[in-house]
Amino acid sequence: MKQLTDERMKIFFEKLSKYIGQNIKLLIDRSDGKYCFREKKDRVYYVSEKVLNMGSMMNPDNIISIGTCFGKFTKSGKFRIHITSLDYLAPYAQHKMWIKPAAEQQFLYGHNILKSGLGRITESTTQYQGVIVFSMSDVPLGFGVAAKSTTECKHTDPLSVVCFNQADIGEFIRCEDDLI
Amino acid sequence: MGRKAKFDDVGTVKQIKGPGRKAKKQKPPKMLPGLPKVEGENDLKKLSHRQKQRAARRIKKKEEIKLIRKEKKKGVKKEDNIPNINEKSDSKNIDTKNIKSEIIKQFSDSNNSWLKSKNSNSVIPERDDDIESYDSNSVIDDEQSEENGLESFDEDISDDDYLAGTLDDVDSSNESGIEDTIPKKKLSTKKRKAEDESDDELLPIEKAAKKLKAAKKKEEAKDNEEMKMQINVASQDVFVFPADDKIDEHIPIPEVEQRIKDILLVLSNFNKFREENRSRQDYTALLLKDLCTYFSYNTFLMEKIMHLFPLEDLMSFLEASETPRPVTIRTNSLKTRRRDLAQALINRGVNLDPIGNWSKVGLVVYNSTVPIGATPEYLAGHYMLQAASSMLPVMALAPQENEHILDMCAAPGGKASHIAAIMKNTGVLIANDVNKNRAKAIVGNFHRMGIANSVISTYDGRHIPQIFKNFDRVLLDAPCTGTGVISKDSGVKMSKDETDLQRCFTLQRELLLAAIDSLNYKSPTGGYLVYSTCSVLAEENECVIDYALKKRDVKLVDTGLTFGTEGFTNLRQHRFHPTMKLTRRYYPHTHNMDGFFVAKLKKFSNVIPKNEESENEEKVDTNDNNDNDINDEVQNTKTVTFKKRPKHGRGKNRTEKK
Repeated sequence: MKQLTDERMKIFFEKLSKYIGQNIKLLIDRSDGKYCFREKKDRVYYVSEKVLNMGSMMNPDNIISIGTCFGKFTKSGKFRIHITSLDYLAPYAQHKMWIKPAAEQQFLYGHNILKSGLGRITESTTQYQGVIVFSMSDVPLGFGVAAKSTTECKHTDPLSVVCFNQADIGEFIRCEDDLI
Repeated sequence: MGRKAKFDDVGTVKQIKGPGRKAKKQKPPKMLPGLPKVEGENDLKKLSHRQKQRAARRIKKKEEIKLIRKEKKKGVKKEDNIPNINEKSDSKNIDTKNIKSEIIKQFSDSNNSWLKSKNSNSVIPERDDDIESYDSNSVIDDEQSEENGLESFDEDISDDDYLAGTLDDVDSSNESGIEDTIPKKKLSTKKRKAEDESDDELLPIEKAAKKLKAAKKKEEAKDNEEMKMQINVASQDVFVFPADDKIDEHIPIPEVEQRIKDILLVLSNFNKFREENRSRQDYTALLLKDLCTYFSYNTFLMEKIMHLFPLEDLMSFLEASETPRPVTIRTNSLKTRRRDLAQALINRGVNLDPIGNWSKVGLVVYNSTVPIGATPEYLAGHYMLQAASSMLPVMALAPQENEHILDMCAAPGGKASHIAAIMKNTGVLIANDVNKNRAKAIVGNFHRMGIANSVISTYDGRHIPQIFKNFDRVLLDAPCTGTGVISKDSGVKMSKDETDLQRCFTLQRELLLAAIDSLNYKSPTGGYLVYSTCSVLAEENECVIDYALKKRDVKLVDTGLTFGTEGFTNLRQHRFHPTMKLTRRYYPHTHNMDGFFVAKLKKFSNVIPKNEESENEEKVDTNDNNDNDINDEVQNTKTVTFKKRPKHGRGKNRTEKK
């Protein structure tokens, strides 16, 4: 349980800002107490100071998770966001995609989103922008990367991919053991 | 042509095997029942020509005489008999009716209609005529045999044989089955005749007396028959205890089921139905054995369960344990409301209903067109698949916001996530489970449900007081034998034996003491502990609580649950603390949820009662002899745990090895 190094902090925030932009500030300055990011075994946890105090009294070997896991640093030093962070990404998302009920199942099985399944998209989304994927009833389903910008999406053919799947809530079942 | 009867070898009639020209092989025709047996001929000497001639003549003569007699009799008899019958008919009305009905019964259905329509009187007089003719035959026979006294004995026999099966007989036998009744008729008519004759000699008063006597006799006979019937019925209903050597025999399952029912009946009114030389123990032992075979339990567990329930509940518990409970889900109040969730699920084709008045987050799923554990709502963490009984301990715990709460045996996180939801993600929740693989399930569930105030750890629950002693509330859902959830895991029925149970309750006692030790009694809001198991056995529930009451400064408090049966205060040899009433038990057959036990304790101080010696003695009194060594063991571990245990080095895991 340690603080992130500056270098890793930079990589982490860069990645995070792809999805929530400047809203990272809101994650750190919260009205209901101090929250912080902590690293344990290459994984980054977002946790309240109170909980962290309890956790710090424990033997680190016996802690398998504390607070919310945001993702992990890969061996090559990049950061990969996990689906477990969705609860914090979704409310602050800057670019969103809504998918039709028919395409929900496809996305939850780990597939990319096709134009035919696209219900709505935030204006001014650029290509390769990180987007949060919602169902039409505003339930967050996962996140990904826009394959095409908003304007391109309008004119492309229905079978072309508009969003690459990065993580979806189906992983809670599919990869339960790999979440942490 | 037709079929050839093989009369020469009657005993060895063989059907030719293999396919023949005809698809269906016909058997050789059956001999008519009245005909003389052919094989008898082989035994007797063959008649000479003269003898045959004589026999033919004899027959001719007989027939002539018969005809003459018949004509004469018909005239005389009709005059004589009919008034007699009328006379008798008053007293013997019932009798004749019975006979008639017998006769009618023996006809086939097709004949029934025309037989009924015909005047029933005609049946008996006709018979009478026939019988007359038989009688005359026999008379003639006698006369003839006297006449032909010189003839050989064999001849006579052959004649008799022949005559006994006259053509008349054959004719009558064509109306199938009537010949059976003929002997009876013969007898009764003969009797009647005799009575008539004797009646002529008696005075009218005597006649009346005789009639009365006869009527009385008949009534008595009837009564006797009824008594016999009753005895028969009774003997069918009352269970007959099998002989000692037959008890161990294997009998088919339906018979076992019947026997269980019978024994339960006997035990329900033992004085009435018991067999004289059998004790209640014999019956219960047999019942135990049968229940074990019928429900495939091991003897130990079945015995424990039998001790737990009165007999009328026992069967319903065992049967309810075979059937699964309804699927229930719990709404995650952090992410959605029950109404919204219900609407969303109904749109997906799930048929559900609120679970009841006692819960605001529970839903019962009746049926579903989609897998309930893989809907987008489930993945989004809007609900958790959770048994109804699992919501009870959390409701009893009644967590408050901003508290420090420990769930000691949390996996897979159903109850823990419920606690977090009630706390609204404030405070600190420590979800602990000793098994690392099972703890992974907590991680998945907590992140899915959006629970952020938790630490998931993998301590041995017994070591937690060494780290924390400041929890406001502790939930201990102790590992148990799982006798309440047999419908989920039927392996329990066979696999759990005495040592398993002992291990379980030893561990439970240790965990409970540890849980109490980690509580902060000074907490302004809390200081409460909820102990729950999914077992129904008293050894794992009341006994454990009773042990904790003696060992720590804790008291039972009301669980706050509005329903459920009260815990035992007396059970066989156990005498529990009177406040054990405040605990709650749940059974599959009464509450339609898994068998469950919930107890809520409040801690008053950190004082550990010191009078261990006297307690030791008490325990010897209260517990079985079997428990003693275990108790000693617990005692030892306790002294080690709370006094001497080194925090580091080789000795730190000493208790685990024990």
